[in-house]
Amino acid sequence: MSIRRWLEPILIVCLLIWPCMAASAEADGQALLTELAEAPASGKAAAITAIAESGDPRARHWLQAFADNKLSRMDDSGRFVVVLENRGRDWTVEDALTGEAIGEVSRRNLNRVRINNSLRSRIGNILGLLDLKVDDPAKRREAARELRGEVDAVMAESVESLMESAEDEDVRDYLAEALAIHRVQRGDVSAIDTLRGSLSSEARSALNKAASSDDPELASAASEALTSIEQLLKINNAAETLYFGLSLGSVLALAAVGLAITFGVMGVINMAHGELIMLGAYSAWGMQQLLPGQPGLALVLAVPVGFMVSASAGIVIERSIIQFLKGRPLETLLATFGVSLILQQLVRTVISPLNRTVVTPEWMSGSLMINEALSLTFNRLYILGFALAVFAALLLVMRRTRLGLEVRAVTQNRAMARSMGIRATRVDIMTFALGSGVAGLAGVALSQITNVGPNLGQNYIVDSFMVVVFGGVGNLLGTLVAGLSLGTINQLLEPWAGAVLAKVMVLVFIILFIQKRPRGLFPQKGRAAEG
Amino acid sequence: MWLTQPLNEKSTRLFLGLLGAALALVTILHLVFPQGHPMHMSIYTVSLMGKYLSYALLAVAVDLVWGYLGMLSLGHGAFFAIGGYAMGMYLMRQIGTRGEYGHPVLPDFMVFLNWDSLPWYWYGFDMAWFAFAMVLIAPAALAMVFGYLAFRSRVTGVYLSIMTQALTFALMLAFYRNEMGFGGNNGFTDFKDLLGFSLSTDATRLGLFIATGVALAIGYVICRGIVLSKLGRVSIATRDAEARTRFLGYRVERVQLFVFTVSAMLAGVAGALYVPQAGIINPNQFSPIFSIEVVLWVALGGRATLYGAVIGALVVNYAKSVFTGIMPEAWLFALGALFVLVTVFLPQGLAGVLAKLRGKGSDDEKDLTEKEAAA
Repeated sequence: MSIRRWLEPILIVCLLIWPCMAASAEADGQALLTELAEAPASGKAAAITAIAESGDPRARHWLQAFADNKLSRMDDSGRFVVVLENRGRDWTVEDALTGEAIGEVSRRNLNRVRINNSLRSRIGNILGLLDLKVDDPAKRREAARELRGEVDAVMAESVESLMESAEDEDVRDYLAEALAIHRVQRGDVSAIDTLRGSLSSEARSALNKAASSDDPELASAASEALTSIEQLLKINNAAETLYFGLSLGSVLALAAVGLAITFGVMGVINMAHGELIMLGAYSAWGMQQLLPGQPGLALVLAVPVGFMVSASAGIVIERSIIQFLKGRPLETLLATFGVSLILQQLVRTVISPLNRTVVTPEWMSGSLMINEALSLTFNRLYILGFALAVFAALLLVMRRTRLGLEVRAVTQNRAMARSMGIRATRVDIMTFALGSGVAGLAGVALSQITNVGPNLGQNYIVDSFMVVVFGGVGNLLGTLVAGLSLGTINQLLEPWAGAVLAKVMVLVFIILFIQKRPRGLFPQKGRAAEG
Repeated sequence: MWLTQPLNEKSTRLFLGLLGAALALVTILHLVFPQGHPMHMSIYTVSLMGKYLSYALLAVAVDLVWGYLGMLSLGHGAFFAIGGYAMGMYLMRQIGTRGEYGHPVLPDFMVFLNWDSLPWYWYGFDMAWFAFAMVLIAPAALAMVFGYLAFRSRVTGVYLSIMTQALTFALMLAFYRNEMGFGGNNGFTDFKDLLGFSLSTDATRLGLFIATGVALAIGYVICRGIVLSKLGRVSIATRDAEARTRFLGYRVERVQLFVFTVSAMLAGVAGALYVPQAGIINPNQFSPIFSIEVVLWVALGGRATLYGAVIGALVVNYAKSVFTGIMPEAWLFALGALFVLVTVFLPQGLAGVLAKLRGKGSDDEKDLTEKEAAA
């Protein structure tokens, strides 16, 4: 409210000053557009250039409207308008100069400024050049990128001068590439060198064309450049597969790490682990419902909330069921499976059987562009980082804190630990809560890349067990390594086997691997392993 | 002979007598009382009972490995489904030109997917003897390979459970693929006839019901025979102290492999009998949740009793039919609660309750109690 109170007077002042400032600009604009409308077909190109070079901030808008067949002149007043809606007898228009809405005007009163196809393609190029002069550096860069493959003989000169004056290095590189493509298209051998390291599809298509040209020198230079590009592309593809693999692997590792604690450290088979992940994902959704309009903040808050929700669910499960089934792992498995069914149905009944969407905050969407052929999506990058952070934190807890020490003591020799005064029951509860809470964290992360629904947990439970068993039970680092490597293997297989078959092959691989090394990649050593 | 030994046993006689009486009762209720009579049992209900009996046979197979070998298999649904698919392939070939597309050789779904010839693994399934042999051989082969690899490297306990679960999960994913040539996620359906008898007639369906009952009886006697034999004793010893049995000189992994394979074959037969009565087989039978549900039947009925597995399968499936009819959403709650309550409060299952009511337990149950007390 207070901001508006401040803003209002300022706005009013601006509105008062604006017409005086705008008056002269309008006169110029009117002249430019009249020139465009009245010039003969042969003179229109010059009129377009005049508009483009006027430096008028509205030039882009006019040319765009012109190219889209939307620029018209009103017969009665001579005002230039842009047609917004051209259905029916009366068309909705706005003033081209002031941008003021005029409302509906009879179609007959409008005289369209005519255009032909060659002019239209010319305008396309000029618009590209215009964008190179805007203030926003990101937009400038984008415009320079778009220009590659679009440069023609008419534009070449202005592109060159723009390139020399460009301050941004990226812009300069893009423009140099655009020029080189243009030169290669014209058969200039020396320009091929510039394209050698380029990964853009435009450069490749220009080189491809040159490689099949009649000029032997040009053709051989182009095909040589192409092979070096292919090489680069292969490396980039490999990097991309690796990134996808690691990101899938980090998801697997994150889903499995809670299990690595409850199963690996405590020896409790918790089939409800998947549902604890699901609870974490639903906490992310719930936080976003509580804080509408602030998805980012909600997601950050969901991290502790998801931990707490799943950890408390874990404590309830531990106290009500698991403590009575100590030393009977198979029965624990069955009982916790029952819990998983109940939790799933609970979510279905209380919330909805349908999937819920968790909004991705702005800072997590988009991607980090390494080069033309390789871009890393932010959400996966964040999850990778999150997974590593969770692992680091867990390792710290297990190795450096009193709790970790007690947990390890109780796992290794319960009776001895108790006789040394460690309260084993309390340690059990804390460990199970920790494992469950981490499952909740995994859920919060998963809510960003998958559907949040009652079946979320089901999809991850078998994978999670596979990761833990593969990595070696009772070994947190083993779980991380196992998750990352399984994810990478899966991604490597996927291109030639298909997604489902790749997964089947990974499962079969693990089944066979366990025959060879029943205790996983990194077996526990010492007496603790004998249990 | 080991197979006739159980027939001298009181409990086996009682079980077979009850089963025979139940079969006779259902047959009489269906045949003697005319339609519309309040005592009449519809053919739908008879087929439903038939399905329950095939589930009961599956439960007996699971109980054999879990109760007497100490292996909690979470993948027996896979053997059940493979037996079912073998039967389904035979039934699909029997459709012949009566399918939607009327192709003389290819089943409908293959025509639909533009396959031009039958894949090699479909050869022979037009012959009943071959298909019925496959019902036994295919699950047995899978169990042999998996078991050989697992038992040789001494994968037991929870590891084995997780591995069997992964096995059935992998098979489910694979069977969902159209490229596998097993009908993808639709599986097989629209069966017409079996051995020349139309599956839509009441007589055939009653016959299938009785055949399932007989198969259950035979399966029960086989399992009981194994349990009472010397091999069964070694198997129980393996369950209770694997390392000690091995040190005594027994080839534990061979015993395990044998029992596991027999169990897989029984599961396959159960699946084969299930398919014509259910009228459909699809990859859902491979889902880990189905396999784990089977374990619940056994746990509820009473582990290591065999007849408990039958009771558990019948009770849970009857409850499921009733529940899903009245309030479908409550079923998963009830099933989940059942898992929890049975494992926490009824470790011996219903059979344990029965035994307690009679004031005595069988030797096997005592073994189990002692083992748990020791653990």
